[in-house]
Formats: sequence, C-alpha cells, structure tokens
Amino acid sequence: MNAVSTLPPEAHGYTPEGPVKPVPARSGRRRHILPGFHLTLGYTLIYLSLIVLLPLLALVLKTVTPTKDYPSISQVVGHVFEVATDTRSVDSYWLSFGISFAAALLNGVFGFVAAWALVRYEFPGKKAFDALVDLPFAMPTAVAGLALCQIFSKKGGYLGGPLYDWFGWKIAYTQWGILIALTFIGFPFVVRTLQPVLSDLAAEVEEAAACLGANRWQTFRRVIFPAVSPALLTGVMLAFGRGVGEYGSVVFISSMLPYRTEITPHLIIIKLDESDYVGAAGLGLVMLLMSLAIVVTVNVLQYFSARRRGRA
Amino acid sequence: MKRATTDPWLARYLLIGMTLGFILVFLIFPVCVILIEALRHGLAVYFSALSADHSINAIRMTLMVAVTVVPLNTVFGVCAAWAITHFKFPGKSLLVSMIEIPLWVSPVVGGLVFALIFGRQGWLGKWLEAHEIQIMFAFPGIVLATAFVTFPFVARGLIPLMQAQGCAEEEAALTLGANGWQLFWRVTFPKIKWGVLYGMILCNARAMGEFGAVSVMAGSVDDKMTMPLQIENYYQALGPDALSRAFALASLLLLLSAVTLAIKIGLEWRRLAPSYARPPKPELVH
Repeated sequence: MNAVSTLPPEAHGYTPEGPVKPVPARSGRRRHILPGFHLTLGYTLIYLSLIVLLPLLALVLKTVTPTKDYPSISQVVGHVFEVATDTRSVDSYWLSFGISFAAALLNGVFGFVAAWALVRYEFPGKKAFDALVDLPFAMPTAVAGLALCQIFSKKGGYLGGPLYDWFGWKIAYTQWGILIALTFIGFPFVVRTLQPVLSDLAAEVEEAAACLGANRWQTFRRVIFPAVSPALLTGVMLAFGRGVGEYGSVVFISSMLPYRTEITPHLIIIKLDESDYVGAAGLGLVMLLMSLAIVVTVNVLQYFSARRRGRA
Repeated sequence: MKRATTDPWLARYLLIGMTLGFILVFLIFPVCVILIEALRHGLAVYFSALSADHSINAIRMTLMVAVTVVPLNTVFGVCAAWAITHFKFPGKSLLVSMIEIPLWVSPVVGGLVFALIFGRQGWLGKWLEAHEIQIMFAFPGIVLATAFVTFPFVARGLIPLMQAQGCAEEEAALTLGANGWQLFWRVTFPKIKWGVLYGMILCNARAMGEFGAVSVMAGSVDDKMTMPLQIENYYQALGPDALSRAFALASLLLLLSAVTLAIKIGLEWRRLAPSYARPPKPELVH
C-alpha cells in the first residue's frame, strides 16, 4: 500500500470513482458559526406570529366560523358574501379603487417630473426640496387631512372659497377632496422609487442615441423611458396600494356619504360599530385580497425592473 | 458647453417649475396652514388650547403608546435582522416578505384583526369579559394595533444595512473568544447603532401619528384618545375653540414630523442609513 492511498480522498482530490464531490454542509447546530440563531429566529417567529400572523388568521377564520347569529357555516359564508357584494360595499370599492388609481396616475406624472428635475437639474434650494419630498411619510395623516380640508373647504379661508366663487368647484367633502388627500399621501413613493433608477442610467446610452441622430425627445421616448418604466410602474403601484388602505387623512376631507364618498375602511368601522363582526371581517378579507394582488404585481414589476437594469 | 445629455432650456424650466409648484402647493402650503391656524389667536390662546384637559390626556396617551411600542418593535427588529442576515435557513425570503405585511395592509384592517380577537364578539371576548380584562377600547388594544402598523420599520432598515456589512468582524471576534453577548454589544451594535436609531425614529413617527388602526381599537372612549384621534374629535365638534385646539395639537405632531425628517435626512446624507422609501433591492434579500 503506497502513501498516497492512505490519505483521505478529500486530500488528493481523487477517488477511484473520479473527482471528490463537495461535502454537503452538515445539518444541525454546527452549520451556524455565529451564536444566537435559535434565540433570535425563535423570538422573531413568536413575535411575528403574535402581532401579525395569528391576528390575520383570526380575521380569515372569522369569515367561516359559525356564531350565535349565523349558526351554520353556509349562513356565515352567505352573510360574508352578502356584505361583500352589497351595493354600498361595491360602490365603496369602486370609490377606493378609482380614486386611488387616479391619485396614483397623478403621482406618476408629477412624481416622474419631480424625480427627473431632482436628479438631472441644478437649481437653488434643490437639497431642501428633495428633503421635503419625504414629508408625507413623516407627517401623521390626520395632520395632513386637517390642513388639506382647511385649505379646500369653502369656509376654511384659503383656496376653497375662491375656487367655489370663481369656478363653482367644490373640493372638500367631495371625491375631489379624497383625490387630493391620496395624492399627498402617495407622492413620495413614485419619486423615491424613480430617483435611484434615473441616477443609475448610463450617460453613454444617451450620448450614443444623440450620435445616431436622435433628438432629445426621441432619446427620451425611445431610450430613457423604456428603461425606467418598470420603476415608474412600481412607484405608481406602491402609491396605489397605500391609497387604497388610507383612512386617516380621508376621514377629514370626505363627508363619508354612503354610495358617494364612502371609502371601504370607513365601511369596516361602521360594521364594527353595528356589532356586525362577521360582515366587518368579510370586508377586511376583501381589502386583504386587494393588498395581496397589489403586492404580487409590485414584485413581478420589481423582477422585470431588476432584469432591465441588469441589462442596461 | 452643450452636451448630448442636456435638455432644451424650455423643458428644463418647465419641469423645474412643475416640481417646485407641486411641492409648494401640496407639501409646504399645508404646513404653513397648520402653523397659521394654530398661532392665529396668539400664543396665550395656543398654550391654553394645548393645556385643555382633553389635549393633555391625548398627549399623555400618545407618549405612553410610543414609549411602549417603539422598544418592543426595536428588539424584534434587531433580532429579526440578526437571524436573517447572519444565518442560512429555509424560508428566509418568505420570512422577509411576511415581516413587510403590515406595510401593505390597510391600517383599519390592522385594527380590525385585533377587534375580532378582543372585541365583545371576538374570539376571546367572552373569556375576557368573564375575567374583567379590558383590551379593546383600552391601552393594551391601542398598543397592539400600533405595534401591528409599525411592525416592519426597524427590521426593514436594518436588514439591508447588516447584509451589506457582512459578518467577518463577528467571526473574528468569535475566534478571539468573545461570547455572544460581548459579540453583540462590542462588535455588532457599534456598527448598526445609527441604523437602529433610524428605524426607531420612523417607527416612533408612525406610532405617534397612526390614525386608522388606533381609531378602531380606541372607539370613541374619551380618555383613550391619542393625539390624532383627539384632533379629529375636536374637528368634528366644530366651534372656534375646538378648531384652535385641533390645530394646536396638529402643530405638535407637525413638530414631531419636522424632527423626524431632520434626523432622517441627517442620517441619510451622512450615509449612515439607507433610504426607507426605496423598495428593498431583491438581491439584498437572499
């Protein structure tokens, strides 16, 4: 027996059957070098379950569990379905969805312009304006709602009075008021999503377009816009998602008139006040599913955005 | 020199004008309105509005909620970030997504889920009533709802930060004989302290300003109103007195957001913390 063959196969790299396969990482405790794995992960999972997962599960289960008023499962589900498809609820979905969508589009336009100006141009006070973009994140929604309502209501003493006297526009307590509140809330999402993408764009690509004879508009339309459009869409979807669930600012500026200016979160609170917990849970489930749809869309967009940035 | 990447001056001025116009009308104007309305009748009225019983109560309630919720979510955030960034385990990206759930869910739903558990007809309603434990319409309920909506803030800031820092220094400390506790306080914590502060600031701003979730849990119980709820209460009460009280309370919350924004920007400009608004980059998560 020669010396080489007494070494373990890992040492010389070859076995009679061919090259050594990499040893799979050992399972169990030894895999983690740093301490605290069980403690931190355990605490994370327990706290996550207590604050987020179990409460959400409680909501879902509430829509299928018989109660005193609805003693069988089919009755509970029937009631949930009835509340969720009630005209008043459906009107509130359309309102929440429609106005959030309009606000998100408005934010898409102004957010794009603002992100472009803040990344591409120099002007006095640029840093301060850039910092102010985050204001809607930092400001409690109730404060924003209070201020916007004072500005746009007829008796507030600011824009509301003149807008009504000169043009006949009523803004506060109408759907336009909700639109303004949701635009305020969603603005930073679009700007902050676009800024890093716009500043990462390679100048060479635009120079190449110019060398090939494109004018500035063509370069923008054919080169820049396609590259940033997934990020723009992501920002718009984030603003949309935030708008659909928003309550604090809308409660000030909307009259919450059923069928006209009542948003879904308000309807949930009314159901709770009426002690119709099953109905409230049903509406909550509808809103959860809406958020889920938005999250999935954003993640798909993020995937395409990352791929496109990787290629550029 | 005109370069290929320079826009025509007309487009430049138009876009800058639109940006400044939007920020002035939508962001700066409302701030001015709050300050003008709060101080309209002079400082004496302002301070008497702030020292009204309901206002004092609301301020105390808001501070108590924030003091309870922020440490809870901070401990969670540090634990979650440690587990996620330092170890490999199955289901990690699922965990990261689950931590972000409260960012996506409507705050009213965040309150609703606890109402369905602790309310009179909720899962535990009967039992709580029999044992005379009050959670809904009381401090614990408000804390739970606030904890739900502010849940991801600390973790979300720390995960990309700790991911970028890696764990080579921790491993070095380990070879030099540090135990887990020493490792965290002497090596890791000094590296992440600004990130923790950043998360706490954002968590605190949201905790103090939360409306939807808290309004479900607090109902209309007068002495359980936090500041945002009390502002709405004053606003609905109508009358000049109530209105000036609403704006006085709002100005305090405005001050809070100004401080939040200042610290946040300070940390971002020094590159001590990542910007919260940016969605997490997919490659950082895995």
